[in-house]
Amino acid sequence: MAVSTQEQTTTMNNVEAVRHTLYEAMKNDDRTVILGEDVGARGNVFLITKDFIEEFGAQRVIDTPIAEASIVGIAIGMAMEGLRPIAEIQFADFIYPAFNQIVGEAAKTRYRSNGEYTCPMVIRTPYGGGVRGALSHSISIEALFYHVPGLKIVAPAFPADIKGLLNAAIDDPDPVLFLEHKKTYRLIKGEVPTGHYTIPLGKANVVRPGTQLTVVSYGLYVHWALDAANALANEGYDVEVIDLRSIRPMDKTTILTSVEKTRKLLIIHEDNKFGGIGAEISAMVAEEALFSLDAPIRRHCAPDVPAMGYAEPLEHEYMSSPTKMADAMRELVRF
Amino acid sequence: MKTDSSVWNREGLSDEQLVTLLRTMLLHRLLEARGFQLNRQGKIPFASAGEGHEAVQAGAALAFTRGKDIFFPYYRDVGLNLGIGLSPYEVMLSLFGRAADHSGGRQFPHHYASRALGIATISSIIAAQLSHAVGAAYAMQLRGERDRAVLTTFGDGCTSEGEWHESLNFAAVHRLPVVFLCENNQWAISTPLQHQMAQPDIWRRAEGYGIPGRSVDGFDPIACYAAVREAFDRARSGGGPTLVEAKCYRYLAHTTDDDDRTYRSREEVAAARQHDPVPNFEQLLIDRGLLSAASATALKAAILNEINEATDRAEAMPYPAAEELYARVTADAHEPWRSSSPPHSI
Repeated sequence: MAVSTQEQTTTMNNVEAVRHTLYEAMKNDDRTVILGEDVGARGNVFLITKDFIEEFGAQRVIDTPIAEASIVGIAIGMAMEGLRPIAEIQFADFIYPAFNQIVGEAAKTRYRSNGEYTCPMVIRTPYGGGVRGALSHSISIEALFYHVPGLKIVAPAFPADIKGLLNAAIDDPDPVLFLEHKKTYRLIKGEVPTGHYTIPLGKANVVRPGTQLTVVSYGLYVHWALDAANALANEGYDVEVIDLRSIRPMDKTTILTSVEKTRKLLIIHEDNKFGGIGAEISAMVAEEALFSLDAPIRRHCAPDVPAMGYAEPLEHEYMSSPTKMADAMRELVRF
Repeated sequence: MKTDSSVWNREGLSDEQLVTLLRTMLLHRLLEARGFQLNRQGKIPFASAGEGHEAVQAGAALAFTRGKDIFFPYYRDVGLNLGIGLSPYEVMLSLFGRAADHSGGRQFPHHYASRALGIATISSIIAAQLSHAVGAAYAMQLRGERDRAVLTTFGDGCTSEGEWHESLNFAAVHRLPVVFLCENNQWAISTPLQHQMAQPDIWRRAEGYGIPGRSVDGFDPIACYAAVREAFDRARSGGGPTLVEAKCYRYLAHTTDDDDRTYRSREEVAAARQHDPVPNFEQLLIDRGLLSAASATALKAAILNEINEATDRAEAMPYPAAEELYARVTADAHEPWRSSSPPHSI
């Protein structure tokens, strides 16, 4: 859990944790700027940066034109020239036009200049479904960027982790893609330490210890996986749940330590199964710990379709649920 | 360029600066010719050339303030990089892919990166550097650094990219200190201007962004200097960005891997050669008495000697060690896959 310099905590939901952390970053470092669509006068579509423009000014809270590629590209130029930009892509679904700037430019700035130039920037974006967001407001995008060395990807589930990891992302000397699950924004509440702290990027968290099965997840599904694991406890099953928190770098140690103990692995994510995060984790465990396994590695992920639909049954069919997760866990524990 | 006119607008340039212009143009021309030679000799895998761009690049470089301004180039800007201080040796290190190259031998030739010279790192992706230039200019403006500005360059092909529009528009909205310099050489590899745009005057698009646009003869280094200088002056005085279009020509194929005989006539290239800015400007300086024919010959010999030395010195330098493949991916310890050892360790 987070290490605090102070004992005091405040109860926050996820959206408040993002807002609080961004506010502190803006207040504590003049180099920090926020840029994106509707982040200024409107204060972001989820009101994350509400009133920031009054306090920090329109020069540091920048309402950009609707132009995602250059939102990221301008942030890269700012970062190269000494600012600490936090670029926002209003919805993760809108990030595609910025793909080259993230993959081809930001992630390669240090490497291609042999360290002469660096790109210390954060790209924040709300992602994920379960909000009737349909094809263009509910996408998971992490797998598209997972393949890219030089880019860190963070997807916290809890308010305290959001603060610690967003602080770490802002401090990081390289680009970080910071994914915020929009359904958790107001759904998830928790205690957040008051003082400044960071949580290292690339460190997973065992959020529920167990002995019979390792479940690895991130984002909204961590919460549902915990619900499922707690329900299964009543049936006598003891499931360990790991919240990845950082998708890349992958915390191999935490995953492997758990799998060596439980000897069974279930990866759960909202993104498509094919070529997803779970594929890399399962390949890693197969390479590193095959002979520790007592059952095949299983992945409980979204079906291989373009997206969840707007109509309720189409969204429901795409999304998992604590019940579906419990079924998958039970089946693997019994294997 | 008219060399017979009695009126000569030197734009306030001294004799020394005018000879510097010529020197940069000659160095650019001869150095890139060396790149092609080395490729044909099998010594380097690749070279590209800006032959025909010498005047605009030398002129723009003279308007750039080293130590203050930042340059976001594109890959055809060898002359501009030389003009703002890059050495022929650094060019050769880049062509040979040696360890001492700016990128450590990672990048394609002519993708430099030097904070000391003010040259920003670029990829080969068309238009990607423009928004970086805009972001850097935003940082200057936010910090109130009024004596600094950003120069970014691109070809005519770049102006078809969406990010070209996004970058000019954002710079215009915030009146950022950026000079957008288009080196219009009429060809996007094999695609001529008329297949790229219906309206061939790129500078006219500036009006659509609410910024000044200027057209300049890209074969006239003095005019190019003046146009870019004016844009820099505007940028530094809070007047915002300017779009300058220098109309020039690409005399050679796109790169050593291209054959332009497959898509354009020799007659067209020969006609454009009539306006070759390098011999024309040399002749102008001779006609105006800044240079004798003998001293022009001596200048070229000295440059060739410098290029020979740079070539030999760079060629003798070592390649990067194979281990360098794994270095500087991120600031912290990045664990790359390696086929010769277990991909992950606990």
